[in-house]
Amino acid sequence: MEKPQSFTFSVYTENNLGLLNRISQIFLKRHINVESINASESEIENVHRLTIVVEITEAQAIKVAKQIDKQIEVIKAFYHREDETIYRETALYKMPINCLYDGGRVQELISDTYASIVNVSKDYFVIEKTGKKAETTRLYNELRPFGLMQFLRSGRISVTKEVMDISSELTKLVS
Amino acid sequence: MPETEKVTGSEAVMKTLIAEGVNLIYGYPGGAIMPIYDALHGYQSKLKHVLTRHEQGATHAAQGYARVTGNVGVVFATSGPGATNLVTGLADAQIDSTPMVCITGQVSSHLLGTDAFQETDIISISTPVTKWNYQVTKASEIPKVLSKAFYIARSGRPGPVLIDITKDAQFELSEYAYQACTAIRSYKPVPTLQMSQVEKAAELINASKKPLIVWGQGIILGEAEQELQTLIEKASIPSASTLLGLSAIASDHPLHQGMVGMHGHLAPNKLTNECDVLIAIGMRFDDRVTGDLNRYAKQAKIIHFEIDPSEVNKNVYVEYPVLADVKQSLQALLPLIEENSHPNWLDEFKQLRKIEDEKVIQAQLSPTKEGLTMGEAIECINKATNNDAIIVSDVGQHQMMSARYSKFVQTRSKVDSGGLGTMGFALPAAIGAKMGALDREVVAIIGDGAYQMTIQELGTIMQTQAAVKIVVLNNEFLGMVRQWQELFFDKRYASTEMTNPNFVKIAEGYGIPAKSVSKRKELAAAIDEMIACETAYFLEVMVEKEGNVFPMLPTGASVSDVRLS
Repeated sequence: MEKPQSFTFSVYTENNLGLLNRISQIFLKRHINVESINASESEIENVHRLTIVVEITEAQAIKVAKQIDKQIEVIKAFYHREDETIYRETALYKMPINCLYDGGRVQELISDTYASIVNVSKDYFVIEKTGKKAETTRLYNELRPFGLMQFLRSGRISVTKEVMDISSELTKLVS
Repeated sequence: MPETEKVTGSEAVMKTLIAEGVNLIYGYPGGAIMPIYDALHGYQSKLKHVLTRHEQGATHAAQGYARVTGNVGVVFATSGPGATNLVTGLADAQIDSTPMVCITGQVSSHLLGTDAFQETDIISISTPVTKWNYQVTKASEIPKVLSKAFYIARSGRPGPVLIDITKDAQFELSEYAYQACTAIRSYKPVPTLQMSQVEKAAELINASKKPLIVWGQGIILGEAEQELQTLIEKASIPSASTLLGLSAIASDHPLHQGMVGMHGHLAPNKLTNECDVLIAIGMRFDDRVTGDLNRYAKQAKIIHFEIDPSEVNKNVYVEYPVLADVKQSLQALLPLIEENSHPNWLDEFKQLRKIEDEKVIQAQLSPTKEGLTMGEAIECINKATNNDAIIVSDVGQHQMMSARYSKFVQTRSKVDSGGLGTMGFALPAAIGAKMGALDREVVAIIGDGAYQMTIQELGTIMQTQAAVKIVVLNNEFLGMVRQWQELFFDKRYASTEMTNPNFVKIAEGYGIPAKSVSKRKELAAAIDEMIACETAYFLEVMVEKEGNVFPMLPTGASVSDVRLS
């Protein structure tokens, strides 16, 4: 049996109410858990782009991409293996203010991981780290003992490595 | 320039329906759709409305109408329970590719999300069972959204669409500007035919020594019956149908090998695993057709003529897809096909047919033991109608018997709930079928269990005088489940025995002439009497209680492991 791996779906769509629901139901129907999801504008005017990350086999990925592509308001759906994309996620870590001065370890972590402090207040401060999931998870594990107050990771955003002419292909489709 | 005038949203619905060629609507009114019904009242001469006795009945009636005419079936229902009652019919139409547009009323837009009376989120509920759905909150959207709905429902691989219209949008005045929808930038209904795929298919078919065609409903939806028949005859290819493809080719065509699948015919099932080229046309390799996929046509090169790219390689790996509208691809294929004959190969089908005749079919059609069989009742219907009725089946043993033994001379004559297997489908679907084909005899063949799931539609027959012939094959069991209990659950008949009412009295209560027969010598005359009747008619046939449908592929079996008993 083929092993599940991480696949990123890039779905170019019309910006219509209910479409996200329709696409997420395609995963639900096949008992596939969505690891991360991001909705954004795309490089083409009036075309939106969903980036969805799931753990499935390639055989499943091919079928799911066709099912998504088939939806009326989906302009085009692509799927990519992890190694075919350049991707990032952003994480925010809310920390108690005292740990910033408590021995300097937290400051070290911030500079070692190229994270940054985006907000400081009387009681807490907020660290932002952008990177791959493994990197934001590593920082999460390091910060936890210092009393992590809140943690949130964004959906994945990704672009493809190959010079795929998605844009020109899509521009043809939507023009 | 499109004409413009100010009308209410409800009137815009009527005008758009007429512009889309609609003249028949099935539905059930209620609070949130009252403005639309009020507008309908003024359009009665152009838009006939059939009041069903349940919204589910409206969907199946629309399906029956769509299946025999090829037109889009139209349904009205109110919000809340009216809308949720559509779900089964939507799911059925989605899986069987039936064009249908359902219009539901919704609470006023300012009440959305407040748990208002009869508010339900039908857009979310219907999403996985519709080809497209949309909620309208402004009257100005109606002409555009509805014409898009019809375009989507009928184009490419057809399917159901649901449009939910808030009550305030039904009242609101706006400029009416209709233009037929002819394209949607994000939707490609028909893939562009690639001649290279057709040429490869022709090459394989011409070189084949043991070709087998399995066709499905795509032939009927794509109106490619004539092209299919020419292909079959030109290259002399034995051919079999799926459940939903039945009637596309006349039953007595010498190359017609019957039906494939779980209760299909022995020869096409078994020889699926002997053929060298399997030509699948407008079918989707449903699990009820293929049995165990790991032992399905592994020796064969498989060609798949298909309109929906997501069906290619979904269940069966296909090396040679031909993606296009089937009429177009078959027309491109035919000139490349060489005349051929396969006498030895056809002989293999004949031999297996002979075995099936002796071991299964004779006992069904010419029984010697006492109890009536479903097969002999169906054979009497064939005789009484010269094989030229529209047969609408429900779901269960009687459905498989009808698929096996009903005969057809023209296309669009078999209406089934195939993919979803919806019990209760036949009675309302037969009403729709009759209204779509007034000049044809429509016979609903129903089991005693399924009949009682939508029996209230007798009221629709009473009110509309739809001359539907209803045959209930009564074995006082949920027969198909009972058969499985007998074969696979040690005869533990858990909740399958039925205590039934007096069906004749019920039909008579609705003013429908009715009769019940249980003796062989009365059967043919009763069926003749039913067919001769000019109005609707109800006939109950008491059949043997524990009859089984064979041949059979048990779940997980290969198509070559057919059980004959």
